[in-house]
Amino acid sequence: MTTRRGFLLALGSIAAGDALAQLPPNIAALRQQALDEAVRKVTGGAQVRVGKVKLDIPPLIDNGNTVPLTVTVESPMTEADHVKAIHVFTEKNPQPFVIGAHIGPRAGRAKLATRARIADTGKVIAIAEMSDGSFWSETVSVVVTLSACLEDGLI
Amino acid sequence: MATRVVVNVPATARRGEVIEIRTLAGHVMETGFRRTERGVLIPRDIITRFVCTYNGVEVFSAELHPAMAANPLISFTTVATESGTLEFKWSGDNGYSATQSAAITVS
Repeated sequence: MTTRRGFLLALGSIAAGDALAQLPPNIAALRQQALDEAVRKVTGGAQVRVGKVKLDIPPLIDNGNTVPLTVTVESPMTEADHVKAIHVFTEKNPQPFVIGAHIGPRAGRAKLATRARIADTGKVIAIAEMSDGSFWSETVSVVVTLSACLEDGLI
Repeated sequence: MATRVVVNVPATARRGEVIEIRTLAGHVMETGFRRTERGVLIPRDIITRFVCTYNGVEVFSAELHPAMAANPLISFTTVATESGTLEFKWSGDNGYSATQSAAITVS
């Protein structure tokens, strides 16, 4: 016959197993690795300098499902000197990519506005690729009170 | 599936003016990370690509990922070079495809 204690122990091990399946140990390192990999995919290993890029995003986010953000890059946007691409990444999402936009001198201004999902409190990174092959970035830390992606998945 | 898209382009512009274009596509952008109450994974269904062409010349394109909010809004700028048509095209998972166009008069 199943004892109360035996049943509870079994229940506990199921719960622990589930938690393990969803959150691998050392998740912070794994996330950092995924983020680094994603950035490398875009930059090809080139150095990313801080500056020129302005990432406008609310510092406190009530609802991570729809986060308005605007990226502007300082650039004359001429044939000789323009922004080729703007990429946005998040640190804590299951996948770091948000959007990769390809623009050119015909854009007139290097500006991109969109809405993202952000899973958790952490960093949001915007990287701009210039026509001379350099990469510039800005990182903003945001606080998310209602997380996207997972909230109705774990009820 | 309904493919409702909205674009906002100024009807007229001066030559050389930088115009702002706003686009919105009605789409759930299902991430592929959510589960139902029964624990079944909901398959990914997102728009993966957006392209804008100005009289046949590509002026803006983007790759979208599951981290885009539902009903993806994309706002960008372009220089009004000549009168003509701007074409917008979204494509994504499960054969999703939507197009929209807008005319602009440049003086």
